[in-house]
Amino acid sequence: MTILEALRLAMGGVVANRLRSGLTMLGILIGVAAVILLVGVGNGASAAVQQQIEALGSNLLIIFPANAKSGGIQQGFGTASTLTMDDVRALADRQAAPDVAAAIPSASGRLQVTFGNQNWNTSLTGTTQDFPSVRNYQVASGQFFTGADVGAASKVAVIGQTVVDSLFNGADPIGQVIKLNRQSFRVIGVFASKGGSGFNNQDDVVVTPITTAWNYLLGGRGRNVQQIYVAARSAQSTQVASDEVTQILLDRHHISDPAQADFQILSQQDILSSASQTTGILTLMLGAIAGISLVVGGIGIMNIMLVTVTERTREIGIRKAIGARRRDILTQFLIESMFLAGVGGALGILVGILAGRGLPALVSALPAPLISLPSVLMAFGISVGIGLFFGIYPANRAARLHPIEALRYE
Amino acid sequence: MIRLERLTKLYHMGDLEVPALRGIDLEVGDGEFIAIMGPSGSGKSTLMNLIGCLDQPTAGRYILDDVDVSGLTEDELAWIRNRKIGFVFQSFNLIPRATALHNVEMPLIYAGENQKRRDKALAALASVGLQERAQHMPSELSGGQQQRVAIARALVTDPSILLADEPTGNLDSESSLEIMRLLAELNQQGRTIVLITHEPDIARFAHRIVRLRDGLVVSDQPQAIAAGATETAP
Ligand SMILES: Nc1ncnc2c1ncn2[C@@H]1O[C@H](COP(=O)(O)OP(=O)(O)O)[C@@H](O)[C@H]1O
Ligand SMILES: [Mg+2]
Repeated sequence: MTILEALRLAMGGVVANRLRSGLTMLGILIGVAAVILLVGVGNGASAAVQQQIEALGSNLLIIFPANAKSGGIQQGFGTASTLTMDDVRALADRQAAPDVAAAIPSASGRLQVTFGNQNWNTSLTGTTQDFPSVRNYQVASGQFFTGADVGAASKVAVIGQTVVDSLFNGADPIGQVIKLNRQSFRVIGVFASKGGSGFNNQDDVVVTPITTAWNYLLGGRGRNVQQIYVAARSAQSTQVASDEVTQILLDRHHISDPAQADFQILSQQDILSSASQTTGILTLMLGAIAGISLVVGGIGIMNIMLVTVTERTREIGIRKAIGARRRDILTQFLIESMFLAGVGGALGILVGILAGRGLPALVSALPAPLISLPSVLMAFGISVGIGLFFGIYPANRAARLHPIEALRYE
Repeated sequence: MIRLERLTKLYHMGDLEVPALRGIDLEVGDGEFIAIMGPSGSGKSTLMNLIGCLDQPTAGRYILDDVDVSGLTEDELAWIRNRKIGFVFQSFNLIPRATALHNVEMPLIYAGENQKRRDKALAALASVGLQERAQHMPSELSGGQQQRVAIARALVTDPSILLADEPTGNLDSESSLEIMRLLAELNQQGRTIVLITHEPDIARFAHRIVRLRDGLVVSDQPQAIAAGATETAP
């Protein structure tokens, strides 16, 4: 018996029980759609995070404070563990750190910004004049603050496009006075948009001199530097720069054993690989959860195929009497279950893609799902495979029926 | 040529052994038309299932065209059923959701015949006078017509033996005669026919009558063709 013949037979069986076949296909459809959509969401999130990290610049190092440890026991907070402005100045020393192009501090928090009767909740970063070059921000209009502003703790701010859109209603923000935590600040510059949306919007920022942030905005938490960003001279020199930074900070903090360091240095590569590991696990988990519904769909197919085989026992007897071999019967029922699963899977792919298109409109915080051709082909292959796997037992049961007993079945 | 030697069949019902055939010796030559008669439960259907290679004997030998069939595999038996034997059942056994034509085509599908399948099936339907009903479903046909479709299906692979187990059991007397005339005609064309019946009127068409009782052959007699059986029966 040819495959074409078997397909014709299978379609006959499916059409003869439209409702039942439809419901069975629905099980696979939902499973495949869920896999397509959730894996798409995982991949979308992963791409968004990756894009955000890549926007940091390939020559960037980020230094975080870490609590000093001694013999595995955490030392008290505040010994030599916090990063300071002096550390930043030391890193900018051309002699000691020839591969460091620039180093900036960062102290950040969230705050309320108002202009007229508009207000907006955004993130604040206090830093120094080298911020645009180190963090890869362009100033689209106006200008960035200077070293003099940092020295004088001027109440000036540079704002991102999202803040402009939220407050200014088309008016030119340069020179306007906004309120940050109810104190007046003059807007002296606006950043060019960096893109990104939802949880990774890099345009939703207000940047001031770090001294200003300490004095007026960060609520007396001291002259604390939360992170130091270091730009290496080039992407190739990040490792050397990282070694220089490590040596300078160990010396300054009087630590001889690098394992006891009270800071941690991450390069863009480190962040990228740990982030992609995390999003990879996320994608895998989403896929696995959706995969469970596919298995449930497969069990539905097995169930319906067992019913079909029982109902058609007599037909199987007739076919055997006129010369069907075991493998003819086996193929007939396997193709039928693969057909059910394959059509269900194809429709599921369609539904999954459409749902993926519609999802960002419904939940704007989610990154757009990324649905790739290989994942679509794989989903289709898996659904046909599920039809095969869950069809084997019923089809085998049909193939092994004894012709006489099958013919006598009422 | 069919030869049965001390053919025995036991059925197991739980612990109980039911002897359905207890040593049948029988020879049926090519082109014969024999009727197997006997009371209900005497083993007629069991015998026909064995002759038709649908089942295997418990003991004894079955030699079909010089081949000992008792030792063949399931697939080899399927091949024999497909090529050498045509079945006609009391309850027609057509597949309800296939057209008459598709039912007749079915043995050819399993024979691997793809090119001339449709032509052969149409020819078989024509030979039983049903070419106009090719696209009808079994449920749209009368009992006599359904049985003729079944005969067309039995003929389509051109087997040398036709086995009919009470083929007229579900038919009115007029359709019964039609079917029997058809079988007699097929016998005249050279096909071996083994007919099971308990109706003397039907057995008249055969040339030889074998009687069974309790799984044994109790008589085996030739029969002069009843006057007018093929042409002018009432
Ligand atoms: N599958 C079976 N299982 C158990 N006993 C059976 C089976 N088929 C037939 N028999 C028994 O074998 C005997 C012969 O049956 P059968 O060949 O159908 O007789 P007939 O066709 O002459 O009426 C009967 O006693 C019947 O009950
Ligand atoms: Mg019987």
